[in-house]
Amino acid sequence: MEKTYNNKAWFFVLPVLLLVLFSAAIPLMTVVNYSVQDTFGNNEFFWAGTGWFTEILNSDRFWAALQRNLLFSVIILALEIPLGIFIALNMPKKGLGVPVCLVLMSLPLLIPWNVVGTIWQVFGRVDIGLLGRTLAILGIDYNYVRDPLDAWVTVIVMDVWHWTSLVVLLCYAGLVSIPDAYYQAAKIDGASRWSVFRFIQLPKMKRVLLIAVLLRFMDSFMIYTEPFVVTGGGPGNSTTFLSIDLVKMAVGQFDLGPAAAMSIVYFLIILLMSWIFYTVMTSSDKDA
Amino acid sequence: MARITLDHIRHAYGANPVADSDYALREVHHEWNDGGAYALLGPSGCGKTTLLNIISGLLQPSHGRILFDGNDVTEVSTQGRNIAQVFQFPVIYDTMTVYDNLAFPLRNRKVPEAEVDKRVRDMLGIIDLADWADRKARGLTADQKQKISLGRGLVRNDVNAILFDEPLTVIDPHMKWVLRSQLKRIHKQFGFTMVYVTHDQTEALTFADKVVVMYEGEIVQIGTPAELFEKPSHTFVGYFIGSPGMNVLPAQLNERSVVVGSQRMDLNVPPQTKPGDRIELGIRPEFIHLGREGMPVKISRIEDIGRRRIVRAEFEGKPLAIVADENTEIPAEARVSFDPAGINIYANSWRVGGEA
Repeated sequence: MEKTYNNKAWFFVLPVLLLVLFSAAIPLMTVVNYSVQDTFGNNEFFWAGTGWFTEILNSDRFWAALQRNLLFSVIILALEIPLGIFIALNMPKKGLGVPVCLVLMSLPLLIPWNVVGTIWQVFGRVDIGLLGRTLAILGIDYNYVRDPLDAWVTVIVMDVWHWTSLVVLLCYAGLVSIPDAYYQAAKIDGASRWSVFRFIQLPKMKRVLLIAVLLRFMDSFMIYTEPFVVTGGGPGNSTTFLSIDLVKMAVGQFDLGPAAAMSIVYFLIILLMSWIFYTVMTSSDKDA
Repeated sequence: MARITLDHIRHAYGANPVADSDYALREVHHEWNDGGAYALLGPSGCGKTTLLNIISGLLQPSHGRILFDGNDVTEVSTQGRNIAQVFQFPVIYDTMTVYDNLAFPLRNRKVPEAEVDKRVRDMLGIIDLADWADRKARGLTADQKQKISLGRGLVRNDVNAILFDEPLTVIDPHMKWVLRSQLKRIHKQFGFTMVYVTHDQTEALTFADKVVVMYEGEIVQIGTPAELFEKPSHTFVGYFIGSPGMNVLPAQLNERSVVVGSQRMDLNVPPQTKPGDRIELGIRPEFIHLGREGMPVKISRIEDIGRRRIVRAEFEGKPLAIVADENTEIPAEARVSFDPAGINIYANSWRVGGEA
């Protein structure tokens, strides 16, 4: 058949472009709009230039929240990725155990985020919570409302409980796609358990791991609901992450300009970090 | 290197095998001589791969023992058995270079690095990948990947045996010839015991000194290529080896002669059969002479395959294939005669005698 060359194919992607325009581009542009203007109500706006951006980038409050958030994401990745791989490696590959494990693993993912927060908020309470009360009886001084460290531990354990399953399921999908012949060949070659992991399982999981790392980074960097429900950003500002701070600024204080400027900076940071992760993790593909 | 004895091996994949049909491997009792080159030939699903995996220890047989040089290794792990095995589809370690792939089995066995280097360089030469040594193994063609798989099996020079599980399936036809002759050369040079699984008769017959034909979980014949061709011990072997396969015609025995339909042929030695046995006469298309003399046939079709022609005919109501030279004149009133040396008599599919 003769191939035709023209630009009609663009019509096929037009619906998607329109959808993206309404769902992403236009809302983002309204944020850009706010970020360069000031208002005193009555729908009157004044040009503010880069003033809000300068203010945000010079504010200690923003940098503190950013640091807290980065630390949180690093801890989350350092815990959930190895733990997820470990659990996936030990999950059954056939038999009745497979559906049982998969359902158990999916459960935390199916719970609404604010419910997860509520569960842990109650779970950790010193007066009535199963965890808080048990620790108190054991003589361990634990109180997430008063102690910043306890608050951090609670939020991190909660996130690990909530999201490690995602890493597990992704890794498991990568693992079951490895043909038996690879394991047989490794046995023939006398490979150790570690070599099998290092040279067969890890390379085959690489692509799904990239997705897992990206998703977990972006999600943990944007975390809002669960810490908001459990700690409300406290005690003090100790668990006030970027999005919590942003909501306080935009909705609590109604500072639309600085909040919009912060949103854009926030968005650019996530974009940049994701790009760095992606580039680093796919760089070894190119030397083939 | 070792003599490998399979002592009444049976294997079933299901949990509680009862009937014969539950067994993927019904019963195999056989000895592979040290340094022999064997081909394991049979259709898909006949238990070839199962048997191979049992030898290498990837599978535990349900019954029976495996002995290497008389020592029972049934309970010994794959690694302990020191067997090399090459699989049907290439297995390579993507993240390693070609060189490291070949060095991997040696390094796992703590071979000194100087020795590793020497052997890997040799092997790179044999599989013709010397220029690719430092490339990542990912992104190579299927041919090259399978050569690496072969190389990883052959690089170990102390193995008890090398098992090949249809290793040339993914290789281009012209490359198959090259690799197969290299395998033969390696066999002559090092004298490994080699077992080569295939369902391609040409591959089996060119590679092996002895061909083991398997059918439905059993070994039906072990022999040289010539024996398989001239005296197939089971009608399946006759049908499976040769192209076209052997003609198998329902027959009756009548003292010193065999009767097919209305035709009677005399036999020198009457075969031993029991009453009630299902008797068949087998004759290869190559042993049938086409001309104006003999028994009448009805020719239905002639296939020209170059130097020879395959004549499809009807003989006593049964289909009959005849191989004729390209120059053979095919008369309108064709008649055939069977070469007495090519006649085999089968009772319940097993050969009981022949050679009229």
